[in-house]
Amino acid sequence: MKKARPFRRTSVIPGFGFTLGFTLLYLFLIVLVPLSGLFLRASMMPWHNFLATVTSPRVLAAYRVSFGISFLAALVNMVFGLIVAWVLVRYRLPMKKLIDALIDLPFALPTAVAGIALSTLYSPRGWLGQLLAPLHIQLAFNPAGIAIALIFVGLPFVVRTVEPVLQDMDREVEEAAAGLGATRWQIFTRIILPHIMPALLTGFAMAFARGLGEYGSVIFIAGNVPMVSEIVPLVIITRLEQYDYAGATAIAATMLTASFLMLLAINLLQRLGRERPAPV
Amino acid sequence: MKQASALATPLPLRLLLIFAALGFIGVFIVLPLMVLFGEALSKGVGAYVSALMDENARAAIKLTLLVAAIAVPCNMVFGLAASWAITKFDFAGKRLLITLIDLPFSVSPVISGLIYVLLFGADSALSGFFDRHDIQILFAVPGLVIATVFVTFPFVARELIPLMEEQGTEAEEAAVMLGAGGWQTFWRVTLPNIKWGLLYGVLLCNARAMGEFGAVSVVSGHISGLTMTIPLHVELLYNEYNFAAAFAVASILTLLALLTLLLKSIIEHYFPGEVKRI
Repeated sequence: MKKARPFRRTSVIPGFGFTLGFTLLYLFLIVLVPLSGLFLRASMMPWHNFLATVTSPRVLAAYRVSFGISFLAALVNMVFGLIVAWVLVRYRLPMKKLIDALIDLPFALPTAVAGIALSTLYSPRGWLGQLLAPLHIQLAFNPAGIAIALIFVGLPFVVRTVEPVLQDMDREVEEAAAGLGATRWQIFTRIILPHIMPALLTGFAMAFARGLGEYGSVIFIAGNVPMVSEIVPLVIITRLEQYDYAGATAIAATMLTASFLMLLAINLLQRLGRERPAPV
Repeated sequence: MKQASALATPLPLRLLLIFAALGFIGVFIVLPLMVLFGEALSKGVGAYVSALMDENARAAIKLTLLVAAIAVPCNMVFGLAASWAITKFDFAGKRLLITLIDLPFSVSPVISGLIYVLLFGADSALSGFFDRHDIQILFAVPGLVIATVFVTFPFVARELIPLMEEQGTEAEEAAVMLGAGGWQTFWRVTLPNIKWGLLYGVLLCNARAMGEFGAVSVVSGHISGLTMTIPLHVELLYNEYNFAAAFAVASILTLLALLTLLLKSIIEHYFPGEVKRI
């Protein structure tokens, strides 16, 4: 028998070389080569050009808008996502299955479709916009609109990460704590919250990362005013339309780096969630 | 499911939480859905049908079907191969490989389009080769397909890897020991066990492929009747203030999304544990 290659354990199942080879080839051609191409292009730019592009006032303003509002939207999703997950897991409700299925809508609905629906809903003549107009509140075509779109696209993440953890929680620990005289608030903050924290943070980070890159749902409701409500992906598109490939590449490289750092953080959080011992 | 009284939430708080949860879902999910159908039919069924029968709308629908028909099978084959390699064998670098497969999810759709503009664009290393052979990638169907493949790259693999990991390798090992070949083992042993997870992965991949906007928008060139997919056509109609037609065409994608969710619920109901939640 052939000696096993050192990097894998032997198995009787065939197809290792074929499937891994195909996987790696496809991964390289579709994902890794094009992505490294972008970084290569960015690195070939003269350093001062790169710096001047990514620190120009309009780009900096877009970073502020993208990071700030994505963070805010993820925070809103963290709070309400926890409440939704809690209600779905712990309380009896009519039509629970339907509500649960609807949570996934932002995953399945195309972003452009979500964008036109949200901007119609919140525009001053829309169903919700009309109600808010007399109060002098406008939530469309300004930064608030961006927040609404990003809350929509990030909505399922926290619910879906927290739900299973909450479901698997051992109620006996809570009962024991109650028996020992802990209040409901103490049980929540000392037992439940620490237990679901990794999942909660994972969901938050996923929603935040998703919001950073989001384009389709945002541009219809944002108003897209430079310096005020312009997101980074839109700045990249604008540069491309002006054939400023170098500028688009530089801005994209910084955003990609931020996204990959977020991915790293999410992976670490997930590992933390897996390794966490049951709370006792 | 009777709860211990010490743990039961007091009624006012419980009602408040339920109200907050339902209100949140109502405002952010149910109302937008109602707007989508309300606006689509706002000018009557006649206008709805004629928006869908419009020449450019039909061309967009055809193009979207074509792009999905190429991109989705590609990613399905990849997803099957990747999850077979990852779950049936033990090798170094597995975690890294899974992370790399997930990579496209953390790339902004706009950047997903941009990388192919840089790769195939006028001043790239590859453009000379394709020009000589008169092959158009950008602003044509191949560009749309490859951007769609990138954006929907992880869906099938992500759905299958946890499922196949859970099922282990004993069944396949037994089949091989009994003399089955590789393909036979896959068709007769593995596939029946993963078919529902595979179906959902493919459906989700398809819904995203047909609905992709940002990446496709960058590589399309927006040539009416030629490189406009359904989402791009919706954007065009909306920006021309042709709202009823925009929502009518968008309703195709809305129905597709709802159908995907319905099938997921059905699979989840009858085959619990075979569909991943996120």
